[in-house]
Amino acid sequence: MTIPERSDSAAPAPVPATVPAEKHDSEALLKVTGLRKHFPIKKGLFQRQAGAVRAVDELDFEVRPGETLGVVGESGCGKSTMGRLITRLLEPTAGTVEFEGRDITHLGVGAMRPLRRDIQMIFQDPYSSLNPRHTIGTIVGAPFGLQRVSPPGGVKKEVQRLLSVVGLNPEHYNRYPHEFSGGQRQRVGIARALALRPKLVVADEPVSALDVSIQAQVVNLLDDLQQDLGLTYVIIAHDLSVVRHVSDRIAVMYLGKIVELADRDSLYRAPLHPYTKALMSAVPIPDPRRKNARGGRVLLNGDVPSPISPPSGCRFHTRCWKATEICGTTEPPLSEVRAGRQVACHHTENPEAPAPPVQRG
Amino acid sequence: MTAFLDVRDLKVHFPTDDGLVKSVDGLSFQLEKGRTLGIVGESGSGKSVTSLAVMGLHTAGQYGRRKARISGEIWLDGTELLAAGPDHVRGLRGREMAMIFQDPLSALHPYYTIGKQIVEAYRIHHDVGAKSARRRAVEMLDRVGIPQPDKRVDSYPHEFSGGMRQRAMIAMSLVNNPELLIADEPTTALDVTVQAQILDLIRDLQREFGSAVVIITHDLGVVAELADDILVMYGGRCVERGPADRVFHEPRHPYTWGLLGSMPRLDRDQQERLVPVKGSPPSLINRPSGCAFHPRCPYADVPKDDVTRTVRPELTEVGGRHWAACHMSAEQQKRIWAEEIAPKL
Repeated sequence: MTIPERSDSAAPAPVPATVPAEKHDSEALLKVTGLRKHFPIKKGLFQRQAGAVRAVDELDFEVRPGETLGVVGESGCGKSTMGRLITRLLEPTAGTVEFEGRDITHLGVGAMRPLRRDIQMIFQDPYSSLNPRHTIGTIVGAPFGLQRVSPPGGVKKEVQRLLSVVGLNPEHYNRYPHEFSGGQRQRVGIARALALRPKLVVADEPVSALDVSIQAQVVNLLDDLQQDLGLTYVIIAHDLSVVRHVSDRIAVMYLGKIVELADRDSLYRAPLHPYTKALMSAVPIPDPRRKNARGGRVLLNGDVPSPISPPSGCRFHTRCWKATEICGTTEPPLSEVRAGRQVACHHTENPEAPAPPVQRG
Repeated sequence: MTAFLDVRDLKVHFPTDDGLVKSVDGLSFQLEKGRTLGIVGESGSGKSVTSLAVMGLHTAGQYGRRKARISGEIWLDGTELLAAGPDHVRGLRGREMAMIFQDPLSALHPYYTIGKQIVEAYRIHHDVGAKSARRRAVEMLDRVGIPQPDKRVDSYPHEFSGGMRQRAMIAMSLVNNPELLIADEPTTALDVTVQAQILDLIRDLQREFGSAVVIITHDLGVVAELADDILVMYGGRCVERGPADRVFHEPRHPYTWGLLGSMPRLDRDQQERLVPVKGSPPSLINRPSGCAFHPRCPYADVPKDDVTRTVRPELTEVGGRHWAACHMSAEQQKRIWAEEIAPKL
């Protein structure tokens, strides 16, 4: 275990928001170039590297201030790894992560600490992400202690204010996580993430552990907080309908790659990548009258291939109904087909043909 | 003349240190062969407890030394299961009625091959040799769409992906041609593209085998795909039941409205805001008085005289084979749905 160096020198300024905002108005808040994460697989007596899980492979994208970028994909596509890379909870194998124009890819733990104020994370499971032995007050107040920030009026008052912002009773200050339901716990996690007024919040499956009726409460809460506090979100989820509801732009991932990146409306109206189309048409429609009138469903065969040895060429070609020879040999680059629409495919879907599930109700 | 599966006033209560947990508290429903019933509700609403009760899996006293208290009647094909002895129910379980569980990884035994587990399920109920049982296992794996079934029959569960495991479990549950199949959140652990495959598979198999299917889920999309009838559970009771089309297009209970409003939908234009149900699910130990939904119901004050807080509403028929347990009059329900709820969906 390495003990993080005490770099008091790296965090001299207790003043929040060290970078002047105006300077970067036109720039992306977060810029990711060629981001890659390979987890080594070690084998044998000498722990030689026998291969690698290529969880994230060459990602390029930007997150603009004030927007919500949704990231969707099936399990194992690398979306959570991506979230952990941009929050620097994992060390990238290659590529760069720039936050407000500053390269943060290889900052050490100490140098990263002041930036932790600006980049926060909301976790999927509200049961395992809150320490069961700490009170809600301690949990939500922890960021202040770690960052040595003393909010005006004291930590307790600020924590109680945060609790009421996320719709909890300030009197819950002294309670323990087990006294709360899943939805309430997720609100506690959100309050903790917002404590230091971050600029970027990365939420990894923030609602997938919650019941439908509670899910809607939390989605609305995230929405309100973004408007009130001017937050920028990266929301990682597998649920396409939730992602559509919360996002401005959406990145679709498959086996460690972004296969399509577009603004929400054009993506859902006319997906260009065959995988996006298949993913959307697989979502069950909550309307029994449409049960039999679903000619356009694209049913994929088989499962997602292993990220240890991803298919050659286009990684989707083993399951794609449009695949031709070139797909097996040449990897399609993520290229801009129209303003704001990036697709990585040799045979993009006809943009004029609407996707089957997006019919007007 | 009873229905193929007829559950009458089922109650499942668990004694705990904090009090009696009334997980299911007076549930009745019927299901005929060849039909699919979808049971929807949030966690803790009693969906899974109901299915385990039908399968006779509560009585073994697995909750410490204290047993679940079960009352009511469960009729399967003319036999009452709660009064029948455990040996009799064991003879039916797996042959007459089978279950698909949510998490195939924990429902399959990690030490035995898939084939061995399917063979075991088959030989318990059929007096056949090992070879022909194995042939049957391969045939079933092939039927549920596992590639190279003669090879994969010797694989262990960890060698299968999530979707394949769920297929293997479906193969195991169908190996004895059960007449009742209960699927408890069969696709919740799966990705959407795999979920679509499994839902198609369940639908095809039902058409082929003509069994009665109960599908338990929290996902309204899944029930809309599969179910002929829908039963909405809240706090251990049925709040609305009816043909799928009516429950989706003319729902009568405010909780059903809440579920429909909470859900972001891909088949509609972007909604501005979701309409969540306020508050959290009820305690099953101290149920709210009167209608269990009244603390969360925006229309709790519509009926007169505080009746929602004092009197428990009974299921009443509101139209052809459609029941709802709500104190509001049919006119009020229809008006609120048409004027206030439907336009927002």
